Amino acid sequence: MSKGVLVDITRCIACRSCMVSCKSWNDLPSNPSTFSNNWDSPGKIDSTNWTVVTNHIIEEGDQLKWRFVKRQCMHCLEPACESACFTHAFVKTKEGAVIYKPTEVDQDYCVGCRYCMIACPFGVPSFEWDKTFPFVQKCRFCYDRMKEEGMEPACVTSCPTQALKYGEREELLAEARARIDQNPSYVKHIYGEKEYGGTSWIYISDVPFDKLGFRTNVSEKSIPAYTWDVLKWTPLIFFGWGAILTAMRAYTKRRAEVHNEEDMYAPVDDE
Amino acid sequence: MRFGKNWKFKITPFRILLIIFVLIAAAAALYRFVYGLGAVTNLSDEWPWGLWIGFDLLCGIALAGGGFSTALIVHVLHKDKYLPIARAALLTSLIGYIIAMVSLFLDIGRWFNFWRPFFYWGYHSVLFEVFWCISLYTTVQVLEFGDIFFEKVKCAPLKKILGALMTPLLILGIVLPSLHQSSLGSLYIVAVDRLYPLWWSMLIPFFFVWSAFFLGPAMVTVEGTLAARAYKREPEMHIFESLTKVTLVMMIIYLIVKIVDLVYRGVFSMAFNGSFESNMFLIEMIVFVIVPIIMYSINSIRTKLWGVLTASILVVAGVIFNRMNVVFTGMADAMGGHYFPTIWEWLITIGMWSALVLLYCFVVENFPILPKEEKHTHGSGVAYGKGIHA
Ligand code: SF4
Ligand code: SF4
Ligand code: SF4
Repeated sequence: MSKGVLVDITRCIACRSCMVSCKSWNDLPSNPSTFSNNWDSPGKIDSTNWTVVTNHIIEEGDQLKWRFVKRQCMHCLEPACESACFTHAFVKTKEGAVIYKPTEVDQDYCVGCRYCMIACPFGVPSFEWDKTFPFVQKCRFCYDRMKEEGMEPACVTSCPTQALKYGEREELLAEARARIDQNPSYVKHIYGEKEYGGTSWIYISDVPFDKLGFRTNVSEKSIPAYTWDVLKWTPLIFFGWGAILTAMRAYTKRRAEVHNEEDMYAPVDDE
Repeated sequence: MRFGKNWKFKITPFRILLIIFVLIAAAAALYRFVYGLGAVTNLSDEWPWGLWIGFDLLCGIALAGGGFSTALIVHVLHKDKYLPIARAALLTSLIGYIIAMVSLFLDIGRWFNFWRPFFYWGYHSVLFEVFWCISLYTTVQVLEFGDIFFEKVKCAPLKKILGALMTPLLILGIVLPSLHQSSLGSLYIVAVDRLYPLWWSMLIPFFFVWSAFFLGPAMVTVEGTLAARAYKREPEMHIFESLTKVTLVMMIIYLIVKIVDLVYRGVFSMAFNGSFESNMFLIEMIVFVIVPIIMYSINSIRTKLWGVLTASILVVAGVIFNRMNVVFTGMADAMGGHYFPTIWEWLITIGMWSALVLLYCFVVENFPILPKEEKHTHGSGVAYGKGIHA
């Protein structure tokens, strides 16, 4: 029973209600906006903007399409950020949210090494650069609402066009497939179904995803699986290599002369 | 300057300059601890890792590779003619690791939490392995060095304990760095689809550990020559020359595996697609791998000091160049944004490397690290091979 959200890009009108409600539910400070050419300032996620809507102008023949994409953490099924964290500060809850360990005692695991930021294939985790003791910040899938009150995420609630739909991931996948099948204008692809092992947030669209700033043709194998392919050899290398070295040392020692190392070296006399 | 009867540290204008660099860096570091990373660095969400991790940590550790390759050659294979360089290699390596630890500590945002990974195990993280191996290996090196320390500061019981521990320490001192030199490469496996395919490979751990290993002899050559020049000694030319055999063979294997890997993954042609990345890659492979291979294999170059030295400098620079390519060149396109270190990041880096030089000088002047020179060893009857009589 893992939750997800289906984002239907064809329905989004860039009203940014989701951005506002995310800020107000999570008590995030407002930031002064700057002008950007395609009007999507701030245009990228950061530590106080856990979700942003980016604007994309797509030319198709003589047609001009304007599309808007809500972005936030994808809540991967096998999150790279979790696997990369060497204190296991991030976890994937059974509900599907990827968050810092939620219990009171465990909250302060993060060392601030930012490897999670290198690891995340969607460039999501953001750092509080201006703080002395910064945390990594990102969308929490409104875990507090989901967990304690059974409510849907704040952003989903506020979406006036039902571009966002919250539910069981399996059911959402079925619905996405149904929408794509019924309406030929959709691209025949559900972004997030398989990408990097699948994500809890999934997207459907009527323009190709690579034109909307999604990285396409990516691995379907999850990033933790890649790392594990290498890491699983560690114990074997440790003991195997250690045994080989010990054997070699014992073998060659018999032939070697014995030195008194103390007589061999001396401090440099430079005076 | 002398403190007590046994300790000395000569002060020269150059050393005063280095000390000033260290002091500036210390002040900047203090400022960073109080006001946070944003205040002193140009790091951003696009470039979470910068100069301190990319250069000081990755290159510092790679350059310290001389420690484990020399240990393997001298203490496991017992090639005794290399004994004269063993301690110097250990020392550089130890200092390199200390630098790496300091830069890591500077770089982590919540530095008071640095001990967490010892108790909370994110064992599925490559960084976890790196962190453990580096910490353990630094400890091992400190203990190994303790053996030398107690030659000077007499303390028989401690020296005895360390002596008994030496074999396991030596073995650990090779296994641990082998593991984390490779894991430093594995760190970038997560960057699949983002790190430029010329560098991203499932074999990247192999490339990292292999290059750290063949870098060792080159580094010993460069630093040996520097030390010889600074202390007006004879460079150990014979040793440098015969070490090139190790480097040469390993570099040829490196080159072959690299090419096979590129062909196998079907990205070989990308090396010639004219992009910035491909050009950087070609420079890396031609100037810093193929040229040194050629220089090492020509007898008349290899047997001259300038020849070995130039080739070795190329090898050392090449490994740094490779690490920079992985961290910066190869990631630039996927990360977006731009990053150039602030003056403070540079100053702290310069300060750390100045500290390295000062520490090295202090230790070799006070501890038995470098081999006794001919003129000082009045028939002390030391039985090592011909190699030393250079
Ligand atoms: S999108 Fe990034 S931050 Fe979110 S769960 Fe996946 S890896 Fe983690
Ligand atoms: S920054 Fe924090 S959460 Fe991210 S990997 Fe490092 S310790 Fe883990
Ligand atoms: S799920 Fe919650 S935290 Fe995430 S973007 Fe929506 S409102 Fe913000």
